[in-house]
This record gives sequence, structure tokens and C-alpha cells, in this order.
Amino acid sequence: MTISNFTRRAVVGLIAAAGLAAPVAAEVDFSGKTIEWVIPFSETGGSAKWANFFAPLLSEALPGQPTVVVKFMPGAGSTKGANWFQEQEHDDGTLLFGTSGSTQFPYLLSDPRVRYEYNDWIPVMASGTGGVAYLNPEDGAKFDGSANALKDTSFIYGSQGATRLDLVPLLAWQMLGMDVEPVFGIKGRGDGRLMFERGEANIDYQTSSGYLGGSAPLVEAGQAVPMMTWGALDADGNIVRDPTFPDIATFKEVCEATDGCETSGEAWDAWKAFFVAGFPVQKLAFLPGDTPQDVVDTYTAAFQAVTERADFGDISSKRVGKYPVFVGDGSKAALQTATSVDDNAKQYVLNWLKDSYGVELN
Amino acid sequence: MEAFATALPALGDAWALILQPIVLGYLVLGVVMGLAVGVFPGLGGIAGLSLLLPFMFGMDPILGLALMIGMVAVVPTSDTFASVLMGIPGSSASQATVLDGFPMAKKGEAARALSAAFASSLFGGLVGATFLTMFILIARPIVLAFGLPEMLMITILGLSMVAILAGRIPLKGVAAAGLGLMVGTIGEADAGGSLRMATYDIPYLTDGLKLVIVGLGIFAVPEIVSLLRQDRSIAKGASLGAGWLDGVKDWFANIWLSVRCSIIGVIVGVIPGLGGSVVDWIAYGHSVQTTKDKSNFGKGEVRGVIGPESSNNAKEGGGLVPTLLFGIPGSGSMAIFIGAVALLGSGDIEVGPSMLQDNLDITYSIVWLLALANVVGTILCIAASGGIAKLTTIRFTYLAPFLFMLISFAAFQSGQNFEDLLALFVIGLIGIFLRRFDWSRPAFLIGFVLSNPVEKFTNQAFQIASFRFRKSFGEGMEYVFSPIVIILIVVTIVSIILGIRQAKMIMAEGEVQSGSKRAPLVFLLAIMAYLVVALINANMIPDYNMTDKIIPLVIGYVSLFCCVVLLIQMIHRPEGDAIFADKEVAGEDASAPHGLWSTLAWFASLIAATWVVGFILALIGFLIAFLRVRAGSSWQMTLVLTACGIGFMCVMAGALNRDFPPGLLQDMVDLPWPLK
Repeated sequence: MTISNFTRRAVVGLIAAAGLAAPVAAEVDFSGKTIEWVIPFSETGGSAKWANFFAPLLSEALPGQPTVVVKFMPGAGSTKGANWFQEQEHDDGTLLFGTSGSTQFPYLLSDPRVRYEYNDWIPVMASGTGGVAYLNPEDGAKFDGSANALKDTSFIYGSQGATRLDLVPLLAWQMLGMDVEPVFGIKGRGDGRLMFERGEANIDYQTSSGYLGGSAPLVEAGQAVPMMTWGALDADGNIVRDPTFPDIATFKEVCEATDGCETSGEAWDAWKAFFVAGFPVQKLAFLPGDTPQDVVDTYTAAFQAVTERADFGDISSKRVGKYPVFVGDGSKAALQTATSVDDNAKQYVLNWLKDSYGVELN
Repeated sequence: MEAFATALPALGDAWALILQPIVLGYLVLGVVMGLAVGVFPGLGGIAGLSLLLPFMFGMDPILGLALMIGMVAVVPTSDTFASVLMGIPGSSASQATVLDGFPMAKKGEAARALSAAFASSLFGGLVGATFLTMFILIARPIVLAFGLPEMLMITILGLSMVAILAGRIPLKGVAAAGLGLMVGTIGEADAGGSLRMATYDIPYLTDGLKLVIVGLGIFAVPEIVSLLRQDRSIAKGASLGAGWLDGVKDWFANIWLSVRCSIIGVIVGVIPGLGGSVVDWIAYGHSVQTTKDKSNFGKGEVRGVIGPESSNNAKEGGGLVPTLLFGIPGSGSMAIFIGAVALLGSGDIEVGPSMLQDNLDITYSIVWLLALANVVGTILCIAASGGIAKLTTIRFTYLAPFLFMLISFAAFQSGQNFEDLLALFVIGLIGIFLRRFDWSRPAFLIGFVLSNPVEKFTNQAFQIASFRFRKSFGEGMEYVFSPIVIILIVVTIVSIILGIRQAKMIMAEGEVQSGSKRAPLVFLLAIMAYLVVALINANMIPDYNMTDKIIPLVIGYVSLFCCVVLLIQMIHRPEGDAIFADKEVAGEDASAPHGLWSTLAWFASLIAATWVVGFILALIGFLIAFLRVRAGSSWQMTLVLTACGIGFMCVMAGALNRDFPPGLLQDMVDLPWPLK
């Protein structure tokens, strides 16, 4: 399935979902019930923020205004929770499950611990984010829109692990011919930024909300220089400038300007495949696979109503970034994009992980 | 000075915000909820805050903050009840309090220990807030000065407290700490993802053991079992000695210790990434070193309570700095706090670098709400301590089943696996033997707690240092031996030297008689066997993942070396030497009316029954059987107590929206909550 196909379907889905919203909402009633939104991460992560942001809004939008509580089930980098959800069956529609890029990547890379199958689940909402890479002022001065002058510098980067979302920045920097040494074992990108601020790391990346909250002030103060965003997808699946950061060039632009970096071929395809799986559709909310259609429609309508709130753009841009939220069929298409990479891309990344970091996933 | 010119009006604004009746009302509400939640060891703050989250959306910021801070602030205060009365370390903040607080309760001085602890907490919180008011303006560059080598050195300073707590045979203490470190490395390595002493076939082990379970297993289980065997009340003779007023007087007499430990608490709390795990040990070590007569530590020395308790509330204040200034949470509850702040009002308050410029008044409100919540919480706690201390006069056989209930539930909450209960049992067994053979349990726990930081900071600091050295030798040296590192090295060396000199006087387990060679020798050999297996296991990790194997290998060899020396000593020394300490030879345990294994079997039966029919059904059976058979109470009494226990469990878990461990029965049939 191609990316353009995905986006088109997403748009169609959005329209379709909006049409569906009103009539079904009355049939399912959650009065007096408690909906558990299970997040397979700890209370401290980005997925927790995401679910906590949506939970009260969802509660207001669902018929009967049930209490929506976020429950945390961390373990094995979300694999434990996802394996658990795989075993769950529809009961009374009060179970919702959230995943993130860290759930998608082990699935895509065929991690032996993965015993879940995304295609068994019913997606009801999906949302994305972007990412920004930045440099310290000294090396940032050498950055001229291409990485040509950065190839002789040694970089240190605080990383959560090469098989996680950090795969995207690490692979990008390598394609640019930069020498970036990851220091593994940090917990959360906030720690990575702190390492950068202390001068121990000299390159860093943050997801959009992390960049806005923590790194943009550094840029203003002249303590950091933005390098590139990962970009966003347009309606045809092309990588374009990130709408949240229209002034920062994308990795694609930097790659084109840099000697030896190709925006086609094996490496590029692999990078793009994992970028698409990890960022534009980073977080998804699911119902168990055997959920009846009326319950699915109720949730779809509720999430639709959330995104149509007059103040949604305002409150969401501060909390989860200015990125599209997919509902209903849109989220199905989004799921497709997030969980399918072709075998070449997968094999390329597996080989790269093995050669560069000695990681073998089986 | 310019900074202070802007700070003063902001401070005034903050007070104007706080001192409204409705704000104070919300604060008190939060405090009361926090105290109610705080009785669950290892769960308090996070569970409580998650509960409040749904109400935060769009709430008036200052009211929401008052409610949340009221709740967070009292958790390190209220878990003192469990540490002092039952010997259960509720969180990493109260580990060290157990060492002297619980022996005081055994002496019948529970009220004194509690009120000394609360007075210290209160004072620590206030000192912390005062200090923060100034410090927060200049904190940023200071926090950034603490890089990886500095954090590694603070961790090592924490580890050096093992020297003080090592017990009569220093080698045993070092080996116990080494074993703790090794147990801490179990699971998937942070850096390269290699497995240590774990397999993907047992997913539970890959995440490693949780602090709550190890803390409960090492401290609570052995004490509960021992008291239950002796079949008496916690306070010897079931009488209460000193009252709560004595505790407050004790605190006042040691006010300078309290000041110093509060400052230690704020400063260490400020450094992101260390959290609370080392603060109370450093404070405890400091208390020991500055006390002239050290002979009472471990047996109920009130200074051993005042030190750590002064530091742990101050630490909460210090922990606000990385949370508010950098947006990096210092603990689980702080992480939820950040998320909740984002929901407040119109979402204008963004935790992070802009807090000081845009929201200095809110920042100050948070700091002082925390202090105020401490005051309210502490006054409530002191008022309650006299009454609650009476628990220690109840015959322990009536308390024990409920303690087993509480610790099982607490353990289950840490990972929500049935394996949590098994792990608790196994670690509990290790704790029982460490206690019996006088191997320092605090040393083991310090090792376990600091295992991850030691490994992480060593690897990362090493990697960055070698990067700097490649650039130039000078730059490398500058990085590794910064002035802060050098100061910390000096402090560490001094504390180790003092510690070794003093260790012999501090007996965390009290006087232990020595007996024959056989039992202590068998235990030593069992530890050596584990170390050998762990070493072989670590050695099998391929060399390109050196970061994952180097720490287990080094620690493993050092611990094994200690054990070999101990083995040689055991062979050469005569029976009755201090090295053969064994609580089963003479003393309370040896003369107890009930045996170890039959007592432990009760606990095992609860876990086994849970595996079959789920927690609540198993608990009903367990409580009835225990109260009837072991406690010998009447049917009426048994049923009333059982109903109370089950009711309490259900109300708390229901309010906090927590599940119970399911069993095989629940796999087959769908049962309604709380049976599911």
C-alpha cells in the first residue's frame, strides 16, 4: 500500500466518519460506567500525556459521560501490555488500548517477544507528531543547509536505544555521513536534552511537543541551532515541511544538499518507511477485535466530536502538537501505514542495526 | 540582585494566591486524600494523582495545584507510619527510617519515633521551601554543572554508606551490597538490551525486580515472620513508653542535625536523575557520623529517624527544580504532576525553562503550597500518632494476616503480574536468611537501589570521557575531574574511613549469638553459587555489548572474592566466632514458640491459593483459616475481622481503580469485580 493511497483514504475516512457521527451515538449508552484506557507504558511517558489529554475530552463526548481513566501497564517497552491486549475480548465496550511508535517498531522488526497482531484490533483514533534535530552553537555555525561541513566532527547523542524511535534520527545522521556516537541507556528524550544542555551531548532531537517546550527556548537563547525536521506528509505522501516548523528545513532537503546522501534508493526507502511508521501516525487507540460495530461507531463519533470542538486546535497544539487526528476509517488507513513496511526496508534496517550496533532481534 | 528584585513581587503574588480560604480548603482536601492513600506501601502518590487527573481538565490552576500538591506532599510523611510501625519501607524515601524507627516501635516507643519523624518532616519541608525560594532563581546553571561524572560520584557516595552499615564483619557487608548490586542487574540491560540472569521465556524477569518488592521482601517479610513466630505484640510487653511529646522534644534537641539533613535533602533532590534513592542513606550516614555515642544505631536511636525524615520531605522540594525548570520529572508522581499541570486552566502553564520568566508567581505558589501541605499533613499525623501507635500493643498474630494482605497487594501493584507475589516470597526468603546470619540487609538494599544508577552513569560517563580524551588529554581530565567530582571523592573517602571505624558499633540486627559452622557455611556457599552462575551468565554476553557485561563482571568478581575470603576464614576460625552469627542459636527467634517453616507456610498458602482462585477469594480463605487456627479466635471474631479486611481492601482498591491478582479460576470464568 502506498502512502498517497493512505492519505487519500484518511481524508475520505474523515469525511465518512463525520457523516456517521450523529445517528449512531444514541444507541450505546455508557452512563455510570468506567472506561479503562490502558497504556502499555509508565505514567511518565509521552503516551501517558497523550491519553491523559484525550481522556477527559472523550469522557465528555461519549454518550452517558462515563468516567474515562487511564491505566498504565508498563513492561518490556510496551510489548507486555500489547501482548496482554491481544488476549482481551469485547465485554461492554469499556476497554480502550493505546499504542505508540515503540509498540510499532518491535512489531515491524519481528521482535521475538511480539505476540500481538495489529490487524486483529480495531483502531478508533490515531494521531501523529513530528521531530526536530538540533546542534550545539559551535557546530551549528558550520551547518549551511547541508551536512558537508559536519562530516569531520564527532557527535555524541543521548539515546534510548537503536531499535526504538531513535532509529529514525540515527539512520538519518548516518545517511548524511555524520559520525554520531549514541550514548545508550537514557530514559526519555527529556534526559537527552539535559545531556545536551550540560554539553555532554552535542546533537539532539526532540518530538514536536518536547522541542516546543524545552528546546525552542534554548534556540532563542542561542544555545542550540535547529538542524532539520523529519518533515510531514502531504496528501500525496510526499515529505514536505512540517507545518509546526515551517522555517526549518526537512531532512529530505538537507539530504539533497549534502554530498553522498541520496533521496532515493534502498537507504532512503528504509528511512522513509520507518519515519512514516513512527511519526505521522505515532499513537493509536484500539478496541478489542471482536467489538460490535455500534460500539465502534460510538467511539468514532465521540473522537470525531472531540476533534470538532471549537477549542480543539488551540488546546491540542499546546499539548500534542499541530498534527492531524485521524478517526474512524481514517484511523484504519493510518494503522495500515504505521504497521506496514516492505521487506527490503525491514531487511535493510535489520542489517544496519546488526552492523552498526550489534543488535540482533531474534 | 536584579533577579531578587523580580522575585519579591512574585513571592508576594504567590502568597496572595495561596492565602485564600478556598485554596486552603482544596489543599486540606488534598492532604486528607493523600493521607488516606498513603497507607498503601509503594503506591501512594502515583495512584492518588492518577485518581485526580480526570478532574484537572480546565480546573482553576491554583485550586488544581493546591489539590494535587496537598496529595503529593504528604505521601513521604504518611508512609512513615508503615516504616515505623510495621518495618515496611513504603517508598525509597523511607528505607532508612526503618532501621531505627522500627526498633523504637519494638521498644514501645512508636509514638515517640513517629512524632520525631513528623516533626523532622515538617521542619525539613519548611527549610527546603525557604532554601528553594532563593535557590530556584540561580538553580539552572548549578543543576547543569552536575554531569554524568558528578552523578556517578554521588551514587558512589551513597554506596559508601555500606561501610557504616556493614555490621560486625565488614566483608559480609561488602558481599551483601555486592549481592544487592548483582540482583539489581537482573533483566534487560539499559544500554545494549542484553539479558542478565533472565530469559525471554520468563518475560517477568526481563524487566528486572522492582524496588517495592525488594524493599518489602528484605525488610518487611523477615520482620513479620519473626514477630509472628514469637507470637507477641510489636512493642515488647504490649506497653507504650514515651509519648508523642517526647518525640517533638527529641527533634528539637537535634535541630541542627535536622537543618543539615534538610539541606542535604534539597541539594541531592535538585539533581535530576538521582531521585530519592540515595538521599535518605546519605542523611542516615551523616546522622551516624555526627553522633558521639553510636552504640544505639540500629537498635532504636532517635537521631537515626530524625536525619532521614528531615531529608526526605526537603528532597520533595528540591525535586521540584528539575521538574519545573527543565520539565524533567524526578519521580513517578512528579511525572503525572507535569501532565496534570498541562491540563489545568486554559493550559497556559507549561512546565519547563519558561516557568521562571512567565510564571514565577505560580512557581513560588507551588513551592510554598508544598511547604504548607507539609504543615497541615504533619499536624494531622502527629495528632494521630499517639492513637495509631497503639497498634503496636496488639497481639501480632492478629495483625500479621492483614500485613500479609497489604504487602501482597502492594507487591502486585508494582507490576500487575502474579510473578510479583512469587518474587516477593523469594526475596522475602533471602531477607529472612540475611537477617538470620547477620548479613547486612541495609547494605543489600543500598546495593540493589543503586545498581541501575551505578551501571548507567559508569557506562555513560565512560563513553563520554573516552570521547573527550580522544579530542585531547586535557579536555578529558577536565571532564572527569571537575572540582565537584574532586570534592565528592574527598567526602566519599572520608565517609568510608569513618564508616569502617564505626561499623563495628552499629549493629542493625542487634546482638546476634554465634553457633555451629554448618548453617552459616551453607548460606555462604549458596550465595557463592549464585554469584558464580551470574558471572558465567554475564560472561556469555558477546563482547560488542561490553557495556552490558562489564558492571556485572566487576561487581561479581569483587563479591565472589569477598565470599572466598569469608569461606577461608570460616574454615579456620573456631565455632562460636562472630563470623558464624546465627539467630536460630539463641535469642528471640530461637526461643520462639513457632517454627520458621510453618509460619512461612501460611504466607506461601496465600500466594498458592491466589494462583488458583484469585486474590480476594484466596484472602477470604486465608484470613478465616489463619484467625481460626493460628490465632485461635472465636468464629464471631474471625468473621468480623475477615469482613473488615476484605472490605478495607475492596474500598481502597475500588477507590483507586486497582485490580487484584487473578488466578486460574478467573481464566476460566468471568467473575464480577472484585473477584475478577
